[in-house]
Amino acid sequence: MQTTNPLIRTTVRPSTAPALQDLEPKLQVRGLNFFYGAYQALRNITLDIPERKVTAFIGPSGCGKSTLLRTFNRMYSLYPEQRAEGEVMIDGENVLTQKRDISLIRAKIGMVFQKPTPFPMSIYDNIAFGVRLYERLSKREMDERVELALTRAGLWGEVRTKLQQSGNGLSGGQQQRLCIARCIAIQPEVLLLDEPCSALDPISTARVEELIHELKSDYTVVIVTHNMQQAARVSDFTAYMYLGELIEYGATDSIFIKPTRKETEDYITGRFG
Amino acid sequence: MSSSVVNAANPLYRARKRLNIFLLTVSGVALLFGLFWLAWILGTLLFEGGHALARATLYYQMTPPPGADGGLANAIAGSLILCSVGTLIGTPVGILAGTYLAEFGKRGWLAGATRFLNDVLLSAPSIVIGLFVYSVYVTRVGHFSGFAGALALALIVIPVVVRTTDDMLKLVPNSLREATAALGCPPWKMIVFVTYRAASTGILTGILLAVARISGETAPLLFTALNNQFWSVNMNAPMSNLPTVIFQFAMSPYQDWHRLAWGGAALITLTVLMLNILARALFRKRD
Repeated sequence: MQTTNPLIRTTVRPSTAPALQDLEPKLQVRGLNFFYGAYQALRNITLDIPERKVTAFIGPSGCGKSTLLRTFNRMYSLYPEQRAEGEVMIDGENVLTQKRDISLIRAKIGMVFQKPTPFPMSIYDNIAFGVRLYERLSKREMDERVELALTRAGLWGEVRTKLQQSGNGLSGGQQQRLCIARCIAIQPEVLLLDEPCSALDPISTARVEELIHELKSDYTVVIVTHNMQQAARVSDFTAYMYLGELIEYGATDSIFIKPTRKETEDYITGRFG
Repeated sequence: MSSSVVNAANPLYRARKRLNIFLLTVSGVALLFGLFWLAWILGTLLFEGGHALARATLYYQMTPPPGADGGLANAIAGSLILCSVGTLIGTPVGILAGTYLAEFGKRGWLAGATRFLNDVLLSAPSIVIGLFVYSVYVTRVGHFSGFAGALALALIVIPVVVRTTDDMLKLVPNSLREATAALGCPPWKMIVFVTYRAASTGILTGILLAVARISGETAPLLFTALNNQFWSVNMNAPMSNLPTVIFQFAMSPYQDWHRLAWGGAALITLTVLMLNILARALFRKRD
């Protein structure tokens, strides 16, 4: 079987994953509609995000992929004019309607944003802040947790001697890895990455991608990306979205090598988008 | 052969150059005009007040009766107390109200109405605030007092702090709030530990500017704290303060009083100058 799509000149890893429907879903989206005021940004989205796999959302700007990601931890509820209808089930609870404090759900779902967002505090406290919200650790346990998180994010070597300095003093790539470390330090079950590499140089990007590979064994990762090569490199499953609709969803290699929908093929081969 | 119209003789380019020189000259003259008066005022103040500031008696003797020598110790102490209490009352109210506006009210009707009223209060003449406290507090208690003065000053501090807190919190990017919320952080912790921290220097600057503003206010104190010729730190009695002493002494025909009034004015100006420098230094540290 062909493993290189000549049109996007990138190697697609041969699928080792079983088919989507045989996997345990971590997140189940059913009939999701989303509105920014009167504007409908998502139309009747239904999909399952498999556990401990990397799922990528691709599509042209404004297609709703970030919007979809932001419903998974109800991030949109910070803004009163935004609303969602339908179901986003995680562990049997509907994130959209559940009455319990949304903070408890968000603590299980880490999120990394397009732009690095270090908190205005030291590197150490950037990591410890989230941990302290739900865990009471001794100084030593906290030190270990911080070191572990920074190590996994590939940042420990660069910051080990300056943990008490401000997180704002780091470079853009380092800040983004700090945000990833902060996210995995609270040991979430799901990791949402919203174009995490768009502000990064190629070396930092490669590190983040390596990290995503490593994290897959423990976490369910969902990544939004504009970069199709990246989607092909890191993901097991890919969803192609266009104008608020889910056009095609399946194993990454089949999406990239033999997409079933014409629209997907046009986008992937660069004829459109 | 390429002949470009872009060269030093281009008429559009030369017209732009001439306009540039003309406007630069006008701006420079305007700047000098403004600086001239400012330098004159400060120069006179320091020249006249400098002698008074240099005399140690200014800082430990009481305000004298006409024709006698004395100092401003009671007025300095009174001003410090009034400003401190006014700031202590006004700041928490201002910060909490500003927090409501920026973090909870946002663009709702209540926040909009509050912002509008706050702006009205911000630009209200301070004598109106003095008269307000006079009519609701002083007339009921039956006498002037330090409490009334501090209350009037607090009412001046509040709108300044509300405005700066609101503005500074609005400058904190939403992405920071989202990142905090994404960790499962409850809103109050996000505000206290992340957004306040991100806006801290701006909020502190606002407080310092409010203190600078009230330290020179005379009108609201005339109707509230009034004045006291003697040493008094009793908040429930009339209290001496620099602005009213300056007002009273400067209007008098006595040389000694004039000298003290200059000293007091120079003292307030230098204090306000220091507060402004401090505020700027803090603000610069952030960038």
